[in-house]
Amino acid sequence: MSADLITGPTVVATEATTREEHRPIPPSLVTAAWLIARKDMVVELRTRTALLAALALSLLSIVIFNFAWDPTAVAALDLAPGLLWVIFTFSGLLGLHRAFGVEQADRAMDALLGAPIPRTAIYAGKALGNLALVLLVQLVSIPAALVVYNLEIARVILPLGGIALLAGIGLVAVGTLFGAMTTSTRASELLLPVLALPFFVPVVTAAAQATARLMGGRPVNETIGWLKLLAAYDIIFVVACAFAYTVIADE
Amino acid sequence: MNPSSTTSRPTRTIDGLLLAGLFAVAGAVTRAIWFTPVEARQGLAQKIFYIHVPSAFIALYIAFGLLAVSSGLYLWLRDPRLDRMAESAAEVGLVYMSVVLLTGPIWGKTVWGTWWTWDARLTLTLFLWFIVLGLLLLRQSIEERTMRARYSAVLGLLAALLVPFIHLSVYLFRTLHPRPIVLKPSAPSLPGSMLTTLLISFAAFLLLFIGLVRTRYRYATSRDELLAAEGTE
Repeated sequence: MSADLITGPTVVATEATTREEHRPIPPSLVTAAWLIARKDMVVELRTRTALLAALALSLLSIVIFNFAWDPTAVAALDLAPGLLWVIFTFSGLLGLHRAFGVEQADRAMDALLGAPIPRTAIYAGKALGNLALVLLVQLVSIPAALVVYNLEIARVILPLGGIALLAGIGLVAVGTLFGAMTTSTRASELLLPVLALPFFVPVVTAAAQATARLMGGRPVNETIGWLKLLAAYDIIFVVACAFAYTVIADE
Repeated sequence: MNPSSTTSRPTRTIDGLLLAGLFAVAGAVTRAIWFTPVEARQGLAQKIFYIHVPSAFIALYIAFGLLAVSSGLYLWLRDPRLDRMAESAAEVGLVYMSVVLLTGPIWGKTVWGTWWTWDARLTLTLFLWFIVLGLLLLRQSIEERTMRARYSAVLGLLAALLVPFIHLSVYLFRTLHPRPIVLKPSAPSLPGSMLTTLLISFAAFLLLFIGLVRTRYRYATSRDELLAAEGTE
């Protein structure tokens, strides 16, 4: 594996030096990340494997949960926030595993690692692609849940979107790194949830609590603490996981 | 492989420290059961305190701290000995955490009237248990030694970052766990004989911890030496 990684870029470099005038300029971190994210999104939109699976799981869970509790005993408003966040977490896991899983075919990962771009760009690109997937699933599931559970929350839809974005970033930051770590291990599909779920606990707790307070029409200052926790988690884990990716991708 | 780590030590079947630790724990338990007064309100259930509290302290502070520090140092120095230390601390720490999680409910059922409650400390311990279990599963599923060490060190450090977040998010729920009664700013509010038993018990469990980590570390060293000698990596 490491031999391929060393010879790969070296060959490209010698070719490039002989044709100095045609030497391509390596893309910047942001451009490289965007290119990777766009490639993943295009692949995903053409195959729709992870997207449809995650959407189907999410919608099915909403339906199944409806029959798992007695709506005359427990109000939908009390259960929906926690339920939605548990559903997003599990449906997100389907996509997270795929981001690096698709690169295993034809050893595409080696080409990605050999490319003249910073390792952080690979992580950022994969995370962006994952975030798009998670947000898309939320965009469909939240209205679906509102309709089937008959929740009147039109006035909090914007702040709810803010919570979904903050929590989505946190889930994806950690999940993308663990997806990268587990794809190169045995039993990778089994290992990802075991590693990722404990790290999702603060995100899911904070997002569900904030959602519950918003939907219940509680004063805004009751949700601020949870939002701060989410924001702090996002900042720390985006930075830590981007750095950690450069360590684990270091061959 | 780093040659400095392959210095051959005489292989002993039974580690002296481990044996001493086992005897010390047996002695401490004997003292706790027969030679320490029964607590007036909690009755015999309070005896669990002498196993539960030292195990919790060693698991959550010493073992987890050792795991986080050796993980961080490994990423800096890339010394295989640090990886073996992280591996040993994680495994023995998991055993101690399991003792904490098993003895807690037995006491809780008698004194609180419930086996389990989603209290901040209980939840944090449970999630640390899951994280360390995940770390050991991750280690088990990677063949290549340096990759295993790198991945495990990354996870060990991230876990240390996660602890304050889990703590914050679970602390906002009402907490039921007894407040610290020994390690607190004012004087310990524990009768002298009970405090002595607790300290003896703490020393015994610490000795056992050191013995177990040392044995586990030696096992890891021998295993790595064997793999290097076989030329499998």
